[in-house]
Amino acid sequence: MQTALAIDGFIAALFVIFGLGVIVTRQMRGSLHLFILHALALTASAIVIGIATHSPHLYWVALITFVTKVIAIPLVLSWSAGAQVYERREVDQVITIPRSVLIAGVLALIAWVVAHPLVLAITGRPFAVINLPTGLIAVFFGAMTVAVRREAVAQLMGILIMESGAFFASISIVNDLSIIAGIAAAVDVPIAALVIGLLIRSIHKATGMTRVGLMAELKEHR
Amino acid sequence: MSLAWILIAPAIAALIALVSRRAAPWVTLAASIAVLVLASFAALTVNRVGVIASAFGGLSLDAFGAVYLLLVAFVGVTAALYSIGYLPVHYAAQEGVPPPRYRAYWPLYNLFLISMLGVPLVANIAVMWISIELTTIFSAFLVAYNDRPTALEAAWKYVALTSVGAMIALFGVLVLYYGINHAGEPVTWAGLVAAAPNIAPAVLLTSFALWLVGFGTKTGLVPLHTWLPDAHSQAPASICALLSGVEVSGALYMLLRIYPALARNPGIAHPGTWYIVAGLISVTTAAFLILQVHDYKRLFAYSTIEHMGVILAACGLGARVDQLGTVYQFFGHAFTKSFCFYAAGIATIVFGTQEIAKVRGLMTRSPVAGWALLLGGIAIAGAPPFVLFISEFKVLAVGFGTGEYVATGLLTALLVLAFIAILYQVGRIVFGEPAAEVHAERLPKTSLVALGIAFIPMFVFGFYLPPPLATLIQHAATLLGGAA
Repeated sequence: MQTALAIDGFIAALFVIFGLGVIVTRQMRGSLHLFILHALALTASAIVIGIATHSPHLYWVALITFVTKVIAIPLVLSWSAGAQVYERREVDQVITIPRSVLIAGVLALIAWVVAHPLVLAITGRPFAVINLPTGLIAVFFGAMTVAVRREAVAQLMGILIMESGAFFASISIVNDLSIIAGIAAAVDVPIAALVIGLLIRSIHKATGMTRVGLMAELKEHR
Repeated sequence: MSLAWILIAPAIAALIALVSRRAAPWVTLAASIAVLVLASFAALTVNRVGVIASAFGGLSLDAFGAVYLLLVAFVGVTAALYSIGYLPVHYAAQEGVPPPRYRAYWPLYNLFLISMLGVPLVANIAVMWISIELTTIFSAFLVAYNDRPTALEAAWKYVALTSVGAMIALFGVLVLYYGINHAGEPVTWAGLVAAAPNIAPAVLLTSFALWLVGFGTKTGLVPLHTWLPDAHSQAPASICALLSGVEVSGALYMLLRIYPALARNPGIAHPGTWYIVAGLISVTTAAFLILQVHDYKRLFAYSTIEHMGVILAACGLGARVDQLGTVYQFFGHAFTKSFCFYAAGIATIVFGTQEIAKVRGLMTRSPVAGWALLLGGIAIAGAPPFVLFISEFKVLAVGFGTGEYVATGLLTALLVLAFIAILYQVGRIVFGEPAAEVHAERLPKTSLVALGIAFIPMFVFGFYLPPPLATLIQHAATLLGGAA
């Protein structure tokens, strides 16, 4: 168990770093690669916890995560924005990257503090100490990605990172989530990614860009 | 009767709508009527036996679920009927608009309906979350129906913000899943209420806080509401009726249903305060925004934010069982708000614009549209004899009766402010001299029929509630009061 906890802790660290990378990477393609690595870290954590707790359903969670988030969704993300977004060197940010890193650090600390009473209240789940705060950090990082990135695909990645964060936490505390996780990952998330991808394509077709942060026509006072 | 048929009927309609453009509207309408009939039978059965389950326990329905199911089914019928005439007339009248997504509209309409019907029908709380997430996904292109950049902007804000909220709520759902599971109960509403005393307060409170932010975003609670007026200003009126009348109520339904668990947990003190504070913030903001609104569809959107706040505050004030205020407001909002958006859609056909400053004399230009908007405005403001007057009166009576003088006094003042603001804005549109140049479109007959049907419950339930419906609402209120 101690070895599994150590490995899971290492994976959790990677999970946080890859999530941070998606927020601060300038290149769109780099962000996409980090998103794939982030999903791989979730897959790896599910396998490690599955082996350590003898929970075969977590292997299914790992398999579904791998198929959807490592293979299918990156294809949707590549297709939805078109080649020129990935070729463009810089992705627009609302705030500078050093400030983003600073805010992300504060968010990580807040997530750790917020998760603390929850970790204390959860009994008989040794991996919760690692996965719960880490999952919450990813949820915060994902929300921040949506807030600071002006590019639609990057915002979609933020939403998906939040979802990965929720599942990173849940695999450590919920023992019989197999069917639910299966439905969520296998049906809901790819459908959501596909529909949002289609919306991004429509935006590109109508406005000639996918920088949704620049779309600000609708307001109360004109 | 299997509850699955309520989901199967629109699924079949979605498939037919995909292959036949000509049959799509009428098949959708037929399926919606079938859903309403099935939902009514299901509600009657719930009245008799309490809870019904089917599909090997995957689907279940209790009294509060049945109330929400009936609302979705009813607005589903009127919105389908309204769309048949409204879409071709309204979008043909606007210059520079590309051909609408008419072919995609009906399959998406049915899928959107299925996702909303799934919320009260699925037994497992985690699957319920999936259903709520799917309501956003299936309605995104309905909000962006006319394909203009502003509509796409509204759809993007809607999808991005509510998805962020959904992911926060997902974290809360999964933490709650652990709590219920750990207490040895099934992850259903009944299981939650039964498990509540044995769930660690930190687990339950964390779940609730995440739900409040997550589902609160979808509900349009301030300050998470920014998507709501934008989406309503751009979506077709029929979709606004569904979004405002029942979709946002789906997320609110989740927030209301966790309340009994909070109340039953001995480690959580005064859970109602959360509801009162969150509700009053929304009502306050919405009341002032209504005063300075420039678009009449946005006006009704802000009114939705106000109503969501009132329902939440009502729950916190104790109007769950006593005099049924919360459920009655939840119930009355759906009928009244859908009617208001139908009236707003017809006014848009008449004037060709949603700008309040550009429209005057609707009553002179089109008496039907003028009366519809005026009655809708009076009803949504909470005036007698309409259904919302009764519900708001019940809420305030309970608030004062339980000694919550400050919160109830503030709520009363805000309701009066919102009342004046709504009637001021509606009065500007309805009365006065009409502008010289106005569109001369004939009002679509199906839309007028839908408007007439939507008017009946909004008016009649203000002074008469059929006994089976009254019993159902009473049972629903009892569930909110914490009955396992």
